[in-house]
Amino acid sequence: MTEAFYIAALIALGATVMVITRLNVVHALLYLVVSLLAVAVVFYTLGAAFAAALEVIVYAGAIMVLFVFVVMMLNMGPGHVNQERRWLSPAVWSGPMMLAAVLLGDMVYLLAGGNIHAERAVAAEGVGVALYGPYLLAVELASMLLLGALVGAYHVGRDDGAGEE
Amino acid sequence: MAAVPMAYAFLFAAALFALGLVGVLVRRNLIFMLMNIEVMLNAAAVAFVVAGVRWGQADGQVMFILVLTMAAAEVAVGLALVLKVHRRRHSVDADGISGMRG
Repeated sequence: MTEAFYIAALIALGATVMVITRLNVVHALLYLVVSLLAVAVVFYTLGAAFAAALEVIVYAGAIMVLFVFVVMMLNMGPGHVNQERRWLSPAVWSGPMMLAAVLLGDMVYLLAGGNIHAERAVAAEGVGVALYGPYLLAVELASMLLLGALVGAYHVGRDDGAGEE
Repeated sequence: MAAVPMAYAFLFAAALFALGLVGVLVRRNLIFMLMNIEVMLNAAAVAFVVAGVRWGQADGQVMFILVLTMAAAEVAVGLALVLKVHRRRHSVDADGISGMRG
């Protein structure tokens, strides 16, 4: 159990260093996804399985897809086919691939170990009861925040053509 | 969990936060700065979850969900702003927009 925690934490830190030092945005995104997956494994080893699932679904899934969309929108123009070919050469994805493979081995070791549930593990049921009990107002505020972000992002990102150079 | 000392878990969160802070300070590409802000938010969420698990309370994971919501809202507005800057200036350099006045 503890080795799995240390391995995942080291992978997260190493992948984050690679995010900072990459020059290409897409390469950095690959390492950022690995870093978020490693943090999810850290949550799992600590006994917060629900947080680990949310980390994978929302962070590594939804938010990273948003980043990829914007990167692709910024790079429209002639010659982007060659650029994409250069982006995904084996030298580029082998690094994140290796880190993800180590992470997979870590995960398999955890699942094969059997004793997944730490004694202080907090199940999803407890989180849900707390979320819709004492934290109900916070949930409402979060929904207002998301609505504001939706309207704001639409307003700012709208291509109205006025005032553009 | 009992075998992982809480100090190490918090050390991990602090190191992740410091790496994100260094990234924001060092990089001048707006997309990189947004990505490193995500790393910093993630580190704060790790600290919440570690503390919640330490005392066996669900509050840590509830705060994690709220941080997640906030990060999603922040990145949506931030990326819309990046698109706007790129459309106007044809670059995503943070120093390029230092000439904005009011």
